[in-house]
Formats: sequence, structure tokens, C-alpha cells
Amino acid sequence: MRHRIAALCAALLAAPAFADIPVDKALGLQPAATRIAERIHDFHFMVLVIITVITVFVMGLLLWVMVFHNKRANPVPRKFSHNTLIEIIWTVVPALILVAIAGQSFPNLYYQDVPPNLEKVQEKARQLLADDKSSQYDAFVKDYNPDAAAKGFVNVKAQGNQWNWTYSYPDITDESGAPLEFVSNPIHTGLASDPNDARPRNLAVDYPMVVPAGRYIRYYTAAADVIHSWTVPAFGVKTDAVPGRLNEGWFLVDQPGVYYGQCSELCGVNHAYMPIEVRVVPQAQFDTWTQLMLSGDYDAAAASVQTIASLEPATQLAAIH
Amino acid sequence: MPMDEVALDHHDAHDHKPGFFVRWLFSTNHKDIGTLYLVFAMIAGIIGYTLSGLIRWELNEPGIGPMLWIVEQLQGVQGDAAVQQAKHFYNTVITYHGLIMIFFMVMPALIGGFGNWFVPLMIGAPDMAFPRMNNISFWLTVGAFILACISMTVPGGPAGNGFGGGWVLYPPLSSTAGHPGPAMDLLILSLHTAGIASILGAINFIVTILNMRAPGMTMHKMPLFAWGILVTAVLLLLSLPVLAAALTMLLTDRNFGSQFFNPAGGGDPVMFQHLFWFFGHPEVYIMILPAFGIISHIVSTFSKKPIFGYLGMAYAMVSIGVIGFVVWAHHMYTVGMEVDLKAYFIAATMVIAVPTGIKIFSWIATMWGGSIDFKVPMIWAIGFIFLFTVGGVTGVVLANAGIDHTLHDTYYVVAHFHYVLSLGAVFGLFAGWYYWFEKMFGVKYNGFLGGLHFWLMFIGSNVLFFPQHFLGLQGMPRRYIDYADGFTTWHHISSIGYAITMVGTLVFFVGLIEAAIRRRPAEANPWGEGATTLEWTLPSPPPFHQYNELPHVTTEGGH
Repeated sequence: MRHRIAALCAALLAAPAFADIPVDKALGLQPAATRIAERIHDFHFMVLVIITVITVFVMGLLLWVMVFHNKRANPVPRKFSHNTLIEIIWTVVPALILVAIAGQSFPNLYYQDVPPNLEKVQEKARQLLADDKSSQYDAFVKDYNPDAAAKGFVNVKAQGNQWNWTYSYPDITDESGAPLEFVSNPIHTGLASDPNDARPRNLAVDYPMVVPAGRYIRYYTAAADVIHSWTVPAFGVKTDAVPGRLNEGWFLVDQPGVYYGQCSELCGVNHAYMPIEVRVVPQAQFDTWTQLMLSGDYDAAAASVQTIASLEPATQLAAIH
Repeated sequence: MPMDEVALDHHDAHDHKPGFFVRWLFSTNHKDIGTLYLVFAMIAGIIGYTLSGLIRWELNEPGIGPMLWIVEQLQGVQGDAAVQQAKHFYNTVITYHGLIMIFFMVMPALIGGFGNWFVPLMIGAPDMAFPRMNNISFWLTVGAFILACISMTVPGGPAGNGFGGGWVLYPPLSSTAGHPGPAMDLLILSLHTAGIASILGAINFIVTILNMRAPGMTMHKMPLFAWGILVTAVLLLLSLPVLAAALTMLLTDRNFGSQFFNPAGGGDPVMFQHLFWFFGHPEVYIMILPAFGIISHIVSTFSKKPIFGYLGMAYAMVSIGVIGFVVWAHHMYTVGMEVDLKAYFIAATMVIAVPTGIKIFSWIATMWGGSIDFKVPMIWAIGFIFLFTVGGVTGVVLANAGIDHTLHDTYYVVAHFHYVLSLGAVFGLFAGWYYWFEKMFGVKYNGFLGGLHFWLMFIGSNVLFFPQHFLGLQGMPRRYIDYADGFTTWHHISSIGYAITMVGTLVFFVGLIEAAIRRRPAEANPWGEGATTLEWTLPSPPPFHQYNELPHVTTEGGH
């Protein structure tokens, strides 16, 4: 009972939860839920502007020559075939544009690809505050979260199987020391025998992966049989689950909510039917969920994280859940 | 072939053609082999295109529909078992669509077809250097295709016939763990055979181009199509052995207990990906470089101007070929590579945009100041330039590992490579078809039908592939038989685009039949002063054996 009350309080206190789910007729990326994804959005927008300008420029040149250099407008063709200056320009200018893109690309890659050293994050934050460099501090905490860093990583392993995911939390153990581990199965698998369940088709699972909001999450991927790929588009992460390897990645989500992904490496017959559902909940609710999971009451645990979703303010999202 | 020797001995022997079987089965004539390749590519193309139609039919609406219906009709199964078979069937459809289009449609048409037909004609050679090797190279390709077709119909995975692991053949899905049946072994043999055929063809082209150019035609006077084929042949020669090695290792893993790609035995599945993409990335340029060459000639011909920046164009292709060998792992950003390695592959990959940009701008500069005649080949070429630009710039997006971590294996990638291949290489192929049709077959085609074909394909394939960018950005993964409801509308529009291209393809065949029935006699050079390469000095169709007197190339005549 105490758990239920804690869950309820946590849910009520939580910021409005939302769901990142593919939206029909959408033109762009799913809304960003992590700083990694935000930086991807900014960088992608920059590159999108550049490539749009280039494409429009090329299309404009093509239209220009088609209108002004056709056989009616220009019956006698000119005969030039060289112009060193223009050739140098169209070699150097694209190269400079690429350098500008690379200038954004590398920091972006290193930021998302290397899990932050949490001790250094705290140290750097302390240093900046001690030196009274407030603008630098503000810039720093946009990318790194010293408070979350103080609490350390939450470790989760996602193992791809044909065709579901096994999640395990090596640091969350029962009395015997065995880590929390469970299989996350899809609800909709395209079969006539599927249960009649209103949750989002091809995305929802029975027992979702649950992580606390505002904490650094370090995830590992592994595979039992063939290659799978674990991804959540809203987090901007995608890591292959390769047999014989343990890959890693990280993310930090501030906003509690439900986030979906789908296996992204062809893994056989049911490749389209091993979705990823991540529920990001406030710490207190996460603790409740872990207790329920450790006690073996998976359904109660799953119900305890469904609550947060159904308590959110009236939006169209209520229908999604 | 004795018949050829006879023909060669008689200098007057214009059209001393052998009988039907000797001519088409034992052919050693580069033009006949080129025609065989084109017919073969057309047949394989129809099959590959039908498979893509099944994909678009299935994805037209959410849920599993057409695949289930087909499986129920073909296999007579019902219920959940039929659903599992339908899912596997879909995976085989996407796999064979990719393999057939790459190995048995685009490559045979551009390299085997146009390469065989026009490299000797353009460089002033009587035939290819090794005519009999040319013959075996063609028939091995046919054999490879038959093996691939058989592979579709024999047991593959646990849920049905054929191999359903994607054209990239990644183990362990392609190992006995994922596909225990003989379908995968047949596919390996098929690709081995196709690889041998391509290596033989590549050797033939390299030797022909290096040794058999007409007197006076230096490398720097050689037509750009021959340059494109030369670079392509070198890429084939250097990359295919690596694919062959990977396939052999996979074959022994599957059959003889080796553990190259099995982690339980100390192997590594990612190793296969490195080997595969070391071949697979040059393969991308193998498909597009001949089209680059074709487009250069068409743009020059119909602008009535020499090619702008000829040397830059030739060496842009060479540098694309060289850099193409050191960028392979940008297909593998998510496998768990060291971050510094990813940074290197970002840099190397983006460098390719520079020579590609040189080509695009040089084509436009060739048109600049010209007197453009919008004949059918020219509108295909202009369409190619625009669509290849669109596909190229999304390549710059995907080159950035930071973004690719989100877009990898989504429909954004599908849209990207179909813009450069389906709308790039294939538009180049049709441009070449309409450019050389009269020369090859000695009859004229109907210009209205050619134009109609272009507009239907241009509109259709844009409607088909442009919305796939949106799907990819929203997170729609590749190779999915069914999708979340949020992807419905764009998938539906994409399928409508396919239907438009179907009408276009129909018009293509109507044009072919119309030309065959009407038999309007061809001109030696229908394109006028702009067409300066050597093939236009010959009658249409060219004599069975040409250049008994080797042409002498003097000034700028080569290009």
C-alpha cells in the first residue's frame, strides 16, 4: 500500500509526462527528449538548411540554363570548355562548407558517443562555480548535469533475442544478489491471436524498460542469437546488439514520459515485432517499480508505471495509452 | 569461334553474321554480347521491379495484407502459421529485390550492356580484348541469376523458402543459426559466380581500354564514358575478391564448421560487415560511375558544346573511385566502433562530396552558353543531375555519425540510396538507352513516348521516394512488413508513387514495341554536330565488325 501511495504522489508531483510516438503526416524528427537528441536536432537543422540551399541553387542553375541557353534563346553555342577560376571556386567552396559541417559534427559525435565521466562533470561544475564563471557554468550545465552526476549512473542492459528484449539492471538486486532481469514482449505481433489491447500498435510491450528521470543512464546492448539494434529515436541513440559483444551508450531524460523505439537491424521473421518501450518516471516511482519487480509481481509493477501516464493532464495522449 | 575468324579474314565482310544459335549463344562479338546483357538486364529488371511492387503493395496500408494472401494462395496454409510465413516471405522479397537490382539489373545493363557496346566503339577498337572471356562473363552472369532464382524457391529460414536476411547477408542471420536451409548456400554460389563474371569483365575492360585505343587517342583524349568504365572496372577488380573472401568464409562457417563469424568460436560477426562493406561501398560507385560517363556525353551532345573541364571530370571519377575504398565503415556507425574511427570515416566520407560537386557543376557549365536541344536523352540527363543532387546531399547528412545514429537503418537511408541509385543510376541507364537506341538497334523510337516515359518516372519516383525522408526522420525502420500507425499516410503516398512508375514502365515497353513494329530507319548520327564521339561516325546499326581500318584521332576529337 505504501508503494501505491508513493507512486501516486510521485505521479502527481511529476512534470506533465508525454509520449514520443511516430505522428502521422509528420515531416521531421520526433521531439527531442535528451540533450543528445537536442544537439542532433540543432545540427541536423543546420545541415538541412545547407543542403536545401545547395539543392535550390543547383535547381536554379539548371532552370537558368534550360531557359536562357536552349536552342531557341541561344542558337549559336559558345565553345569554351575551361575556366580555371570557376573550377577552383567550385572545389574550394564546397570543401569549406564541409569543413563547417565537420566543425559541428565532431563535437556532436564525441558528446553522444562517449559516456561522460561523472566525477569530472562534478569537478568541472564546482570549479566553474568557484571561479565565478557563471556564463560558462550555464553553458556547461546545458550539456552536463552535475546533480545527476552526483548520483552516479543507472546501468541497464538490453539483450536482443529473436524476438523480444531482455532488460537487466545489474545494480538492482534481490536478497540473494541476483540482478533484476525480465523479458519485454510485444503486445501486438500481427497475429490473429493477438490480445485486444488498445495501446499503440507495434510499439507497446507488456513489461517496459523503466528508468528514473533526471538520472544518467548507461545502457549496454548484447544479443543472444543474431544482430539486433536498440534504439529510441526521441533519445537520439541507436546501438547494435551484436552476439559476442557488449556495446554501450548513455542518455539522460529530464521529462518523465513514454518513449518508443523499434528494433533497427534485420533479425529475422519477427523483426518488425520487437518494439522498445521506455518509461521514464520520477525517482520515487522508479523505486516503487523496482520493489514490485523484485517481489516478482510484474503486472503490479507494470501497472505502477502505467499510472503516471494516465494521470497526466487531459491531452490527446490519454488516447495513446 | 571459326565463324568470327572467317568474318575477320574477309575485309569486305560487313554483315557476315553467323546463324542464330552460334551468334547468340556462342557470341564473341562485343555488340551482340552487349545486346545480350541488355536483354538479360531487362528480364532481371522486370523481376526486381515486380518484387519492389510487392513491397509497396504490402506497405500501402498498415497490417499484414498482400503477403499473407500470397502465402495463403501459394502454400495453402492458414492462420498464425501463414502470418509467420508471410513475414518471412516479405523479408525474402526485400532481399532479392536488392540483390537482383544491383547484381542482375544495374550492373549488367550499365557495364555489360553499354560498356560492351560502346567502349570499343568509342575508343576505336574492333572488339574487346578477350572476346571469348566476354562470352563466358555473360553466361556466368546468367548462371548466377538462375542460382539466385532457385535460391528463392528452396528452404531457407525456419519460416519458409528463400533467404530473408537482407542483401547485406549479415551473419549470424545468414549463418546456419538464422537460415539453416540451402537457400543461403545457393545465394553464396550465385554471388560467387556473379563475382567471377564481373572480375573477368573488369579485366577485359581494363585491357581493352589500356591497349586498344585508336592511334592518337591518348588517355586524356579518351571519352568520359570509357573513363567511367575504366574506373568502374578497377573498382570491381579490387573489391570483388574481398566479397569473395567474405562469402567463402561464410560458406565454410555454414558447411564445414569454421568459426570466422561465430563469436562462440572466437569469430566476429562485425568482421563480416567490414569485409562486406569494403566491397559494398565501392559497389555503390561501380553502379554510378558508368552513368556519370553517359550523362557527360549526353549533356555535351545536346548542348552542342565540348564537355566543360574534361580533365577535372575524368580525375573526379578517379578520385571518387580512390576515396570510395576508404569510407566503407560509414555503413556501420552503430555497430559499436571506436569513436575516433567514426570521426575518421565522417571526414573521409564527406570528402567525396567535393569531386561529386565538381561533376554536377561541370555538367551545368557544359550546358552554360550552349544551345540546348531538349531531346529525350537530354531530359533524362537533366532529371538525373537534379535527382542525383538530392540523393547526394542527403548522403552528406548521413555521413555525420552523430545524425546517422538516429537515421541509420531508417527509411531516410532507403530514400537516400534510392535517390542515387533508383533515380540516379537508373535514370542514367534510361538516358543512355534513349541516347544510343538508334545506334544499337538501327531504328528510331517515338520521341513522345520517350518523353512520356520520363515524366511518369520523374513524377512517380519522386512521389515514391521523397516521403520516405519524412518516414525516416520520424523513425520508421527499414525492412518492416508492418509499421506503427503514425507512419500510415506517407507509406500510402509512397505506394501511389510506385503506381505512377508502373504506368511509366508500361510506356517504356510500349515505346520499345512501337519502335520494333514501325522500323523507322535510323540515321548514322541523329544528334548532329554535338555528337562528336567515334560511334557516331559509323552507320546505325554499326557493321558486325567495325574499324577494319583503325580511325586516327587527331585534335579534340576524343571527347
